[in-house]
Amino acid sequence: MSNWLPKSAAGKRWLGLAPSYFVIGIFMLVPMIIMGVFSFLEPNPYGGVKPVGSVAAYVKLFFEYDLEDQLVFNPGYINIIFRSFQLSFGATLMCLIFGFPVAYYITLQPESKRNFYIYLITIPFWTNLLIRTFAWIIILGRGGVIETPLLAAGIIEDSLRMMYTDGAIAIGLTYSYLPLMVLPIYASLEKIDFRLLEAASDLYASRFEVMTKVVIPLCKPGIIAGCLLVFIPCLGAFIAPNLLGGGKKLMLGSLVQFQFASARNWPFGAALSMLLLAAVVVVLIFYARAAKNRAAMEGSA
Amino acid sequence: MSDQMQQSSPSKGKKVLPVGHYRGLGGWTIVFFIFLYLPIVVLVFYSFNANRMVMNWGGFGIDWYIKAFQNDDIQKAVWNSLIVATAATIFSTAIATIGALVLARGGNFRGKTLSLGLITLPLMVPEIVTAVAVLIFFSAIGMNLGLGNVIIAHITFCIPFAFMPIRARLEGMDTSMEQAARDLYASEWETFRYVTVPLLMPGIVAGAMLAFVISMDDFIITLMVGGAGSTTLPVYIYSMIRRGLTPEINAVCTVLLIVSIAIVTAYWVVSKKSQTDTVH
Repeated sequence: MSNWLPKSAAGKRWLGLAPSYFVIGIFMLVPMIIMGVFSFLEPNPYGGVKPVGSVAAYVKLFFEYDLEDQLVFNPGYINIIFRSFQLSFGATLMCLIFGFPVAYYITLQPESKRNFYIYLITIPFWTNLLIRTFAWIIILGRGGVIETPLLAAGIIEDSLRMMYTDGAIAIGLTYSYLPLMVLPIYASLEKIDFRLLEAASDLYASRFEVMTKVVIPLCKPGIIAGCLLVFIPCLGAFIAPNLLGGGKKLMLGSLVQFQFASARNWPFGAALSMLLLAAVVVVLIFYARAAKNRAAMEGSA
Repeated sequence: MSDQMQQSSPSKGKKVLPVGHYRGLGGWTIVFFIFLYLPIVVLVFYSFNANRMVMNWGGFGIDWYIKAFQNDDIQKAVWNSLIVATAATIFSTAIATIGALVLARGGNFRGKTLSLGLITLPLMVPEIVTAVAVLIFFSAIGMNLGLGNVIIAHITFCIPFAFMPIRARLEGMDTSMEQAARDLYASEWETFRYVTVPLLMPGIVAGAMLAFVISMDDFIITLMVGGAGSTTLPVYIYSMIRRGLTPEINAVCTVLLIVSIAIVTAYWVVSKKSQTDTVH
């Protein structure tokens, strides 16, 4: 039955890994390399590229040509990139403030209850993001769930105009990725030995100090992982800025999509994607460094 | 100990909280869950709106469900979604299972970390970048298989999702059963077929369910990669939202929501069962 299998352990190993290497290599790694190449080519006016090398896509990030064909600094795209970082940072912070106490609360519960809470947190996460973001239009929009009762009660006289603002995008992003913050924090909180808290308290640490000097340092890996898991997808988000920002308040993700769907400037879209990828790599290297330092510290302790 | 606690909570008349407990955590958690579930409740509630406008409540009705079920485009989109998700689940789970077996049971070998990194690559890269890369790739090699392109893209990004629960299950399983089978003269293949696979089944089922849900829910990659004939349900919903809001969207969304929740609940039951199995 197993005669066709390679005899050596190494042979079997590579046979088992071959399909993964093949699929992810061919349909993920190679495409990313081609994307990098495309970002250095000239755009074809009807989509696609011309096989002519050019750095125009990267120049376009900072400069534009004025009427006399002179390169002038154009802050437009830089502003969008800056906004993306700002909004992603804001959403990450909101997730942390909102999610940390909840993760902590769940840790304090008896074990049978904890699993149920985690289940409740994961349910919305696995349901369609597009649909859940669309629901926010009904909540925040003109004549929506928030406005209507306030208008009827006479508390406000005019629409609050909550939609199509940075605030709406931030709410949407926070909502989208909140579970990704709570779960890793919970995972690291769960491992804390609660006797340490009592020890700190016995040694006259205040409640506040128990939290800031014992609990938070101990679950730092979870906090960092949670922040990363929220920040990275926020940076490339498309749905929240598009639906809640009305497509006018662009973020990096929607700007990239726009280059392929409407503007037909593939090299520029590829260059923007490369930029996004570079940002992710920087964040991940930073994370790996921090993890390595921590491991070294724990090893020496 | 108790002196210390009394000192640290001076408020009179209130119950003294044990160390590590803080006031307001429960209330905060309730607000958190309201925030998490409000959109879902609102969405389902408005799907029963009899009015043409989503926002204006015009009484209870299930007309929009009937309308949605009769809509040919929606039916087509549902079929496309199911075809893509089924194909992506079968292939990605199969690929992930043998990959996980090698990585969890193959011992330490050169390139193990690299292999793990490659398999989880789709989790690291922002979705929009994956979408762009795959779109460029298909157009560069001139491959145009319609739904086939979408299926290939889905298989690729579903692999790590199928992989994770399978590997977790494998690492929780000890090898004593397999060793016992080998001692009792089972061949390598028989051991694998009649011992390893049944033990691993809960992990495989969990991985397959995750892959299915992830594929059903994917929007941005399908939007970019899919052509005119390969509209899946999320892509169709997106076009409905852009065309204007009627409760028909809510009805479709509610059905999709129920399906997703049912699958996730099943996933939880299976993984919980697999946890208790491992204990025994």
